[in-house]
Amino acid sequence: MIGEWVILWTDALIFLLLLFSTAFGIYAARKEHLRGPWRLVVRSRVGVSTLVILSFYVIVGLLDSVHFYPLVNSVEKGGAQTQSAEVISLFDHLVTPLRERQEKTYSAPLATHLYAKENIELPNGEVIRDYPRLEFGGAHLTMPEVEWSEDILRLSAMGVIKGLLVSIVITNILIMLLAARWNGTYGDAAKLLITGKTVIPWRTALITLMFVILILFWSIELSSHYHILGTDKVGEDVFYQALKSIRTGLLIGTLTTLVMLPAAILLGIMAGYYRGWVDDLIQYVYTTLNSIPGVLLIAAAILMLQIYMSNHADEFNSLVERADLRLLFLCIILGVTSWTGLCRLLRGEAMKLREVDYVQAAVAFGVGHFQIIVRHILPNVLHIVLITVVLDFSGLVLAEAVLSYVNIGVDPTMNSWGNMINSARLEMAREPVVWWSLLASMIFMFVLVLSANLFSDVVRDAFDPRLRSSR
Amino acid sequence: MSDILLNVKKLETWLGDGERPVRAVDGVDLKIRKGETFALLGESGCGKSITALSLMRLLPPSGRIKGGQVLLGDTSLLDLPEYAMREERGGRMAMIFQEPMTSLNPVLTIGQQIGEAVKIREEADSSSLRQRIIELLDSVGIPDPERRASEYPHQLSGGMKQRVMIAMALAGRPELLIADEPTTALDVTIQAQVLSLLKALQKQTGMAILLITHDLGVVAEVADRVAVMYAGQIIELAGCEHFFRKPQHPYSQKLFKSLPDSKKRAQRLAVINGTVPALNQVFTACRFIDRCHRAFEACEQAPEWTQLESDEGVRCHLAGRADQWLREAPAEEPDHLAGQAEGMASLLEVKGLKVHFPIHKGVFKRTVGYVKAVDGVSLAISPGKTLALVGESGCGKTTVGKGILQLIKPTAGSVSFASDELTQLSGSALRNRRSELQIIFQDPVASMNPRMLVGDIIEEGMKAQKIVRNSEQRRSRVAELLEQVGLPSDAASRYPHEFSGGQRQRICIARALAVDPKLIICDEPTSALDVSVQAQILNLLKSLQSSRGLAYLFITHNISVVAYLADEVAVMYLGRIVERGAVDQLLASPRHPYTQALLSAVPVADPNLKRKVIRLEGDMPSPANPPAGCHFHPRCPVVMDQCRLACPELLEQSDGRHVSCFRVEKGL
Repeated sequence: MIGEWVILWTDALIFLLLLFSTAFGIYAARKEHLRGPWRLVVRSRVGVSTLVILSFYVIVGLLDSVHFYPLVNSVEKGGAQTQSAEVISLFDHLVTPLRERQEKTYSAPLATHLYAKENIELPNGEVIRDYPRLEFGGAHLTMPEVEWSEDILRLSAMGVIKGLLVSIVITNILIMLLAARWNGTYGDAAKLLITGKTVIPWRTALITLMFVILILFWSIELSSHYHILGTDKVGEDVFYQALKSIRTGLLIGTLTTLVMLPAAILLGIMAGYYRGWVDDLIQYVYTTLNSIPGVLLIAAAILMLQIYMSNHADEFNSLVERADLRLLFLCIILGVTSWTGLCRLLRGEAMKLREVDYVQAAVAFGVGHFQIIVRHILPNVLHIVLITVVLDFSGLVLAEAVLSYVNIGVDPTMNSWGNMINSARLEMAREPVVWWSLLASMIFMFVLVLSANLFSDVVRDAFDPRLRSSR
Repeated sequence: MSDILLNVKKLETWLGDGERPVRAVDGVDLKIRKGETFALLGESGCGKSITALSLMRLLPPSGRIKGGQVLLGDTSLLDLPEYAMREERGGRMAMIFQEPMTSLNPVLTIGQQIGEAVKIREEADSSSLRQRIIELLDSVGIPDPERRASEYPHQLSGGMKQRVMIAMALAGRPELLIADEPTTALDVTIQAQVLSLLKALQKQTGMAILLITHDLGVVAEVADRVAVMYAGQIIELAGCEHFFRKPQHPYSQKLFKSLPDSKKRAQRLAVINGTVPALNQVFTACRFIDRCHRAFEACEQAPEWTQLESDEGVRCHLAGRADQWLREAPAEEPDHLAGQAEGMASLLEVKGLKVHFPIHKGVFKRTVGYVKAVDGVSLAISPGKTLALVGESGCGKTTVGKGILQLIKPTAGSVSFASDELTQLSGSALRNRRSELQIIFQDPVASMNPRMLVGDIIEEGMKAQKIVRNSEQRRSRVAELLEQVGLPSDAASRYPHEFSGGQRQRICIARALAVDPKLIICDEPTSALDVSVQAQILNLLKSLQSSRGLAYLFITHNISVVAYLADEVAVMYLGRIVERGAVDQLLASPRHPYTQALLSAVPVADPNLKRKVIRLEGDMPSPANPPAGCHFHPRCPVVMDQCRLACPELLEQSDGRHVSCFRVEKGL
């Protein structure tokens, strides 16, 4: 089934980031000043329910970041397994039917027929012009006009029932775990949880989780027989495309910050702490950078990369690798244009902190500059970094969509919400309108950005010392 | 009685909700008569300000009044609907706050802001409004009110702003003025101005004043009656004179004993151990029991209010027996803490120290002038001695401290420490000498990194100075230091925010001691602390001095601390030292007119001691633009022509002190 593993650049970076965040999590768990605010985050209702939704996105994104060459049964070698030339991800592997069931062209969500009329040759040789049946969507129905609605209802009911069952199992496991942790009985824990009197709002988390699971099972049931969000121009499943786009969105949102953080933190703190010519130099650099329109810079960089890639096509093993490098490059160039905001914030904060008594006391002890920065300044600006990163995330996801829309974003072959919107643009003028591509990408993006924004609000409330004191 | 203006009965105010609300005000009764000054005295966190805000019904959102009654005249304030309450606020009762800087809107002129308060109260056309504004400004003693009315808050000094606040409060012709620590943020000379202004206004208008303060001196100065508040309750109520002569409650008695002054130099100050208990509990025992030196079995039951004489009372089981214990009370053990023999070479010698900050302007940041924060300061400290540097805020005393430590590079002058010239050292050479000079800051909250454990904070200096390399030894030394400053050794594994202000200041002292310094610069180490806690810190500093032979440069504005702790005093005004001498000599008979005025303005905790306050007009000029000649001449009550032209030298007098004044030079 699985042949040679492939580690793309972005995969490596995303797992590096995961490693970092885990390490930071372990570090934070031991430091009261970091653990305290996170405790506030998981104790807020909005915090936990957005966390559930975000973790769904993250799981899909991570599954989609493990790439390999699948083994296929080769016809020529008599059924022996050979390695495919195409790179797929673990996620692709899981949703193989979605990926492989390709129609001819457009079809509406849950449709059984194509969206366009075609010449169909009937068995008796007569040629009529009509909407042909889909190859996969609703293929199990013999009389779609009659059976369709009943079938949809049946599948939906199946999905909901399965989802409910799984939710009940999860709820029970959680109650048992909680009961074990509080050394109480199952009944007590259940009562506390259902009345919503737990410190961490487990009830809210469970309700959100239940929603996610219901939708998940509903879509699994339906998508095994239909294209729940229709198909696009070349007949690819739009639901699959939207799911694949999750990885792109997450990567843009997280890798960009990974790229910009070192520069922003280092330069910002240096400018604020050392003042003098260091400050002047850094200020001039970011003021200059800020006065170049970001879109132009990105366009120039991406065009240059495109030319390079077409001239050195042989350097890339697969299309996926090529698209991946372009994505990475986009992250880097977005990072270059976006570090200035955080840098300026940190410069101001460092300027304030260097005059604070404890930094003065450290100077009076003869502590070196590097030690002062690492021990006294950096830990005291981390909350700003965290707030900025979380706030920037949703902005970057949207920025990707905009850039791809004007064709200077990710590679056209790569699934992304921006590309989906871009391709849907042309179809908006069609009569009747092909609306599902646009809607699908909008819904997926909207849910991600909304929950990221709500989550970042909670994080900011928890970490900002000024807001904390006013509570 | 008909002369009762404000009658508060069983007022209870809770803050925050949830399971353990803070009972900030827990059954307060008080009566304020017409035209009297009633002082509400207490440590921070005792519920004084919340009491005042409850009276005005201006509580923060988390606060709510749980019970009780507030009668202003015949009106029950707590039953009024909000629109009627608005009539009362600023009408019959007005309030002024501690911080005049943030109480005024920076984008409106003074006149507009006062006019706003006037317009709510009375119909006035623009000319009569203007007249009333000027009248109000004039009544609070602001010179040139016509011009001042069209100025913005930033053009006024702190004292002036507080006057404007008072003028706004007076706009509604109040019968009751609530003043919440009105002078705490101000310097002593300005404080004297504001207090005498309040007194004069009271005489003119016949309003009653509810003065909230923690300063016994201020109480003695202006109050007619005093209520002492502790942990949300009033524990003692007495006439001012009676209170200062014979405090009844053990807490009040200790409070007086913990005040530093020159008579207590040879002994330790009495301390009240511990801190005010958390108010989010239901008390069954006396609230003071843990800190009381006279607690006995009966104190396990909360004492009831005992009426002593008319209008006086105390909340203590020992009520009425105060006289008896006052006699019984053993005299404080004289603790021989006297300094070492004199005549040693000075440890630190500062000559002509100048610190000027350039003022940049324009696109190219041209230097257009200098803020002369320190302008030629010379002083010397012998080993094991304490030199107090006294002055009002903004006179540059903190900058002197930082200049000596080379935290700010001095512009000119020399700082020689143990025969090394610190201004010439740089980089690692300077870093190596740093262990011998240490600093303790004013604000115990800001002086420790909130992200570090106390143990790491104390170890930092040892690591940087490479004093103890072994981490095991370092840890045992931290425990030793914590014990020396009177903290449990498990404090090392906790964070600074878990400690109270006084405890934090102890940690800062332990941190400074970790590198075995010879000189510690104490930059107002007790000014952010309550009186009882201040005594603990002063005792600690004094005993450390005698056991380790430390020298202190004690920067402060608190004269009574100086009298208690210092061997020598230097008085600073606008970047220069105006007088320097031995402490008893200088405090007893100051020679420089500024020192005389400064000392006369300090309120003394004794209402019988009527002293003549030398009132200084105006405020300290800006160090960016100091007056020509003697810096003090624009405010000097005995100014001569010569003073406007030249600056007098700091000359040694026949009695060994140094004074910089032409009058003294001439022997006038």
